[in-house]
Amino acid sequence: MKLLLKNGCPVDSRNELPEKVDILIENNKIVKIAENIDENDTEIINLDGTKVLPGLIDMHVHLREPGYEEKETIKTGCEAAAAGGITTVAAMPNTDPIADNPATIELIKARAQEALVDVVPLGSITKGSSGKELAEIGFLSRSGVKGVTDDGNPVMDSEVMRRAMEYSRPFDLPIISHCEDLNLAAEGVMHEGFYSTKLGLKPIPAAAEEVMIARDIALADLTGARLHIAHLSTARGFELVKAARENGIKVTAEVTPHHLTLTDADLQEYNTAMKVNPPLRSVDDRDTLIKAVKDGQLSVIATDHAPHTYEEKMGTIDSAAFGISGLETALSVLHHYLIRKGNLDWNQIIELMYYNPAEILRLDKEGLKIGSIADLTIFAENESWTVDTDKFKSLGKHSPYNGQELTGTVKLTIKDGKIIYDNRGGQGELIY
Amino acid sequence: MMLKQKDFIDLEGLTDEEIYGILETASSMKDIFTRSVKKVPTLRGKTVVNLFFEPSTRTKSSFDLAAKRLSADVMSISKKASSVVKGETLLDTARTMEVMAADVVVVRHSHPGAAKYLGDNLQAAVLNAGDGPHAHPTQALLDIFTIWDKLGELKGKKILIIGDIAHSRVARSNIWGLLALGAEIRLCGPATLIPMGIEQAGVKVYQDVDEALKGVDAVNILRIQLERQERGLFPSLREYRYLYGINKERQKSLKPEALVMHPGPMNRGVEIESNVADSKQSVITEQVANGVAIRMALLYLLAGKEVKHEALA
Repeated sequence: MKLLLKNGCPVDSRNELPEKVDILIENNKIVKIAENIDENDTEIINLDGTKVLPGLIDMHVHLREPGYEEKETIKTGCEAAAAGGITTVAAMPNTDPIADNPATIELIKARAQEALVDVVPLGSITKGSSGKELAEIGFLSRSGVKGVTDDGNPVMDSEVMRRAMEYSRPFDLPIISHCEDLNLAAEGVMHEGFYSTKLGLKPIPAAAEEVMIARDIALADLTGARLHIAHLSTARGFELVKAARENGIKVTAEVTPHHLTLTDADLQEYNTAMKVNPPLRSVDDRDTLIKAVKDGQLSVIATDHAPHTYEEKMGTIDSAAFGISGLETALSVLHHYLIRKGNLDWNQIIELMYYNPAEILRLDKEGLKIGSIADLTIFAENESWTVDTDKFKSLGKHSPYNGQELTGTVKLTIKDGKIIYDNRGGQGELIY
Repeated sequence: MMLKQKDFIDLEGLTDEEIYGILETASSMKDIFTRSVKKVPTLRGKTVVNLFFEPSTRTKSSFDLAAKRLSADVMSISKKASSVVKGETLLDTARTMEVMAADVVVVRHSHPGAAKYLGDNLQAAVLNAGDGPHAHPTQALLDIFTIWDKLGELKGKKILIIGDIAHSRVARSNIWGLLALGAEIRLCGPATLIPMGIEQAGVKVYQDVDEALKGVDAVNILRIQLERQERGLFPSLREYRYLYGINKERQKSLKPEALVMHPGPMNRGVEIESNVADSKQSVITEQVANGVAIRMALLYLLAGKEVKHEALA
């Protein structure tokens, strides 16, 4: 089976390529990249100058299966990823049962075999993500997890976190930390500041995140572990990470598209699609994070795709669940709000959503290169679309961008050399 | 006087003209109180539903009385008596009220934004009777009405709100209403009960009560809940009373015409001494009476738009 992509504009920060190329795919691999390829007996797609990216990696996704299939399944979550141009997702372990044992990991892997995109399982740090006893991290590593995290909950006990970091080090697994001091965050539902005061909503101070980032950095320094800060959202949190990196501590951090584009002021209409954890922060926080990714000082953009049912997100901010569906809008949101305005360029996107997450998770990814697995994302920068959550492939239908017109859309997603998402007719068709 | 919006959720965004319009309507409602038959047919045939998901005696009975004085049919649902305890959602409960042809739904709920949520989802007019710490516009209007009634226009008046600002919907709504009318607002209380960033609203925060009291035209004293002390927001009621309580000594520093106010219910001997609460400067009982007038005005403005004004005569 052959596929020839003609006239695409390749984006790959680490492989030097001409401005416009043809890419020949045979079976599941890229076999030729050149300015002009003539090939018979092949399906030819003219890309007309649209962007060709290596298939993106989202290292923070809640697929909800097993246990919460009403919110999302591995199948639907991977369909949403395909529609967002993402060909690899890391699955958070806060399922039911928690992915704290090889049997659950095996189940996830088995289900993922039939899914459209690659699923990288993550295991929990502690049994039941309860923050008390270490999970069998060695067995988890053998069953194929690429990192451990209690995401959704912090590991509140500093001693437990220290031992987790020490214990996981020989397995070369990153500790992915959900940094939140639960005592400071209390029952909060939004960022603490003028808007929480105005709206009368229970506040979560930025310090709830920052004190835990500071603690985990100190523990990473003590233990030599690889620490990855999940969904970093505050300016001071970034400063702590930056200073730690300058001091040679092995710490990376991720930020979400929504924390790069929205602020606490966006909660003014009490829209539950703005309720996320960590909460949308201040303008200063957002601007600092934009600058940090622009300057290459934050490693990863990840969606923290956290789908919920309609019932869980209806009603008041207090009663609604934290979390939104992010897979299907991530790339368009980043293009519309950051790339178009010169705050990010395409090569940076590839670092943030491909090379760096691959490095942290120890995934073998070589980009747009002859011999590479043909996982590709084709993105049309000039085509606009209006976000309609009813059309989401994800079972989670909540997005802060619902109803917004975004410039730039995923046209095609190719996985293992095969088109799995085709949006050329605007229908967003999934192909199994 | 007409209200532009379908619902009445908060005072933020209202103009001075609109607020004074409501106060003037309330003034004509207050005249009804002096009649031998304290009832007018203005809202005859209209249905007002009081949906109280949070315990309330004062506000609920005030709304009840206001609706009855306007001859509306009134239905009251409390959380305990509703299907909410059986797991029904807020919206489903309200929709049930709506199909029973409610014209106005008065809602009290512990969640900020609950009234707006209902307003966005119901055809009926929604009147906010308090949504968590967010807003309590009728309480703020009755406070403002009381000051206006006693001291005239609010422009330039210095108003001090003292106590638990962080958890107070009364304070928040007062701030927006008073700012719209050009008053100067001072806030005072333990630092743990002053919410972050409140200065951005255009108010001045004081730590020292005696300093804050200087030259004010009215002091609005908020109720202190024991629960706050238990949560570690201040060390003891004894200390609170000493540092922030309004006693006779502190009252002496007030201008003779300055008003002492409290939204009730009072913790006598904590945030306010009895001899202050019962003094001549206190307008606390008048606030309660004015509350009925304000609520009549708003029910009329929301439900009686097509009702001829003569009905009030």
